[in-house]
Amino acid sequence: MAIIKVERPKLSIGEKIYFGAIFKGMVITLRHAFRSLVGKTTGAKELNSSGVGVTMQYPEQKWDDQLPEYYRGAPALVTDERDRERCVSCQLCEFICPPKAIKITPGEIPSDNEWAKIEKRPLEFDIDMIRCIYCGMCEEVCPEQAIYLRPDYVITGTDRNEMVHDKDRLYEIGGKRVGLVNKWNDLK
Amino acid sequence: MSEDAPANTVTAEKELPKDLAAAAGMVNVQIDGEWLQVPKGTRMIEAAKLVGKEVPHYCYHPKLSSPGNCRMCLVQMGMPPRPAPGQAPVYGDDGFQEIGWMPRPVIACANTVAENMGIRTGGDLVEKTREGVMEFLLINHPLDCPICDQAGECKLQEFSVEHGRGASRFKETKIKKPKNVDIGKNIRLDDERCIMCSRCIRFMDEVAEEPVLGFSQRGTHTSVTVHPGYRLDNNYSLNTADICPVGALTSNDFRFQMRVWFLKETKSIDINCGTGANTVIWTRGNEVFRVTPRQNDDVNSSWMPDSHRLSFNNLQTDDRLSGPLIKKDGKHLQSSWMEATAHAAAGLGMRQSDEVAIIASGRLSNEELFLTKQIAKALGTELIATVPRIGESDGKLISADRNPNTTGASLIWNTSDPAEKLDAIREGVSSGRIKALIVLSEDLLKEANFDSSDLKKLDHLIVSHTHANPTASHADVVFSGAGFAEKRATYVNVTGRLQRANQAVIAPGEARDDWESLAALLSQLDENYIPPASMDSILNHISSEVSEFKGQTFGSIGDLGIQITETGVTIPLLEQEKARVESGQIVG
Repeated sequence: MAIIKVERPKLSIGEKIYFGAIFKGMVITLRHAFRSLVGKTTGAKELNSSGVGVTMQYPEQKWDDQLPEYYRGAPALVTDERDRERCVSCQLCEFICPPKAIKITPGEIPSDNEWAKIEKRPLEFDIDMIRCIYCGMCEEVCPEQAIYLRPDYVITGTDRNEMVHDKDRLYEIGGKRVGLVNKWNDLK
Repeated sequence: MSEDAPANTVTAEKELPKDLAAAAGMVNVQIDGEWLQVPKGTRMIEAAKLVGKEVPHYCYHPKLSSPGNCRMCLVQMGMPPRPAPGQAPVYGDDGFQEIGWMPRPVIACANTVAENMGIRTGGDLVEKTREGVMEFLLINHPLDCPICDQAGECKLQEFSVEHGRGASRFKETKIKKPKNVDIGKNIRLDDERCIMCSRCIRFMDEVAEEPVLGFSQRGTHTSVTVHPGYRLDNNYSLNTADICPVGALTSNDFRFQMRVWFLKETKSIDINCGTGANTVIWTRGNEVFRVTPRQNDDVNSSWMPDSHRLSFNNLQTDDRLSGPLIKKDGKHLQSSWMEATAHAAAGLGMRQSDEVAIIASGRLSNEELFLTKQIAKALGTELIATVPRIGESDGKLISADRNPNTTGASLIWNTSDPAEKLDAIREGVSSGRIKALIVLSEDLLKEANFDSSDLKKLDHLIVSHTHANPTASHADVVFSGAGFAEKRATYVNVTGRLQRANQAVIAPGEARDDWESLAALLSQLDENYIPPASMDSILNHISSEVSEFKGQTFGSIGDLGIQITETGVTIPLLEQEKARVESGQIVG
């Protein structure tokens, strides 16, 4: 390939001094500073900021209402309309989970329970949120529509144990979910 | 053979394949276009298996009679068309007659092959019939897979993937049947999942010989039930859960414990009696979840008694010993192996040879028994015995000898009765003549009629066991051993078959394989002794010293074991099975 020799651009006197450009930049900065002081930051509305500065004041300010419907946050267990736990501990999510974050101990539903006919439920259900990669495979594989990725993304803890979501915590995050297929209905 | 044909005729043609086969008691069958010779009387399904074609089936089981009621094994069959009167059969260039295919399928499990028969295990007709049968089987089948223990090893699941439809065309309400029925101590029945293959009914009738199961109702309402007033409490009941192709019969013990796809399979043997049934140990992590029988037609057929397969539950208990203990001031304290071995050896080394005795166990493996013999030799004692465990044979698989390795002990110690000197040892301990005693894997107080006041007379008692027990509480040194699923070892069963147990899990904590602690003790007692590097080298030693073991290695034993001696003992269930094979009731 032919060699093309690139010439340096010839600069004018004004460009060579470069004070002009610095001054121009300072003006822009000062204009933003002034505008934000009076609460008129550019893009404040779009970014849902307070108007004081472009920066969103996380965690006081959050973008949660802008999260898309398909947002994949923490996986959690859900109950149905009648507060029945949907999970039957088939352990398919435990099997599919790529980082092996899920650990289930299956258990039998006692015969005096209202839902004894389902026979099986998780005795323990732990998701290690340090391991979880939010891939959503557990949700996809679940044959009972029992596990969903919720919009919760602020998963913090001060030690490793705290980062393991147990069954109670998972139902707390998941809550009640209505309008799903009700396989274990009265007919069943 | 055409011996009677005149040899000098010019018209004598080359022999036809049918004659060649008939001379050897075989017939020619064409399976999916491929001709092969199979023994006369072979079932079509078995003939297909010979060429690697699996015909899907539910009700057929080689060890049970073939009622042919699931209809899943339908294949297309063809025979040469019947010649018209006077017409001679026409043979093609390959020596076979042309096959006239039948328009309707036949079941492959209950039909036997015939000369010049054609079988198609695939093709349009066969595929369509399988799809039809699958659809009927699934009509009333509940969507229980997520809670069903059989999921993952369910034939209905497997074949519905291959031959089923994606969605059901059945719009009506499914038939309701009893679920979660308690029909026996070990077995749970779910009638909705049942596909009426009747394997369990036939097993209880033909093998367990306690026909308590049967069908009741008719048509789609047909369900498996226990005869009123009876329960499925037979000691072989769990085999019905094994052979159930669906989740209708499941094990109470394994119920909801773990999905089968998480479990790792380790081939091993059962050590609860002299039969040594071949097993598969199913583990996840370091936990045993279940034990199932493994087919070995020279030992246990395909079956196993419930009492033996559930005995693994005794292994992982709270009183398990997890490290060596030394008694100091009347209390057992955790110790290190070095210290415990040195302490044990110190108590033995100074004794006169007639002051020491060893009580080993018929539950020990060949390797451990061999080391025991060497220890006895190093101590110069003749007092070495096992504890006999003679019960009653159940007339099937449970041997009267409840020790798994009495034959091995006899061979390795070169004695006709390894338990012979037990009385002498008991008497010696009681009279105070024996000062030091080594007890391996036995609880003398419970199993060998020893008295705790006798044990107190001993100066030095070494006990090696997996679990804490009354004898161990008297011991000066306790070695913690490995249990049955925790070690690789060989045993010789009552018929004289050398078999291999494999390690499925790791022993808890500091517990050690018995051969390691025995070898360590031996090297303390005998400074010229070179401890073996592994289990394999002990077996090498045995094979060089005991003639029956000659040339045997862990590899040569194989998964199914190898007959090394003839004891003349037979396993009753195998004899019964042999009779049924001979009478043509089962394939075997």
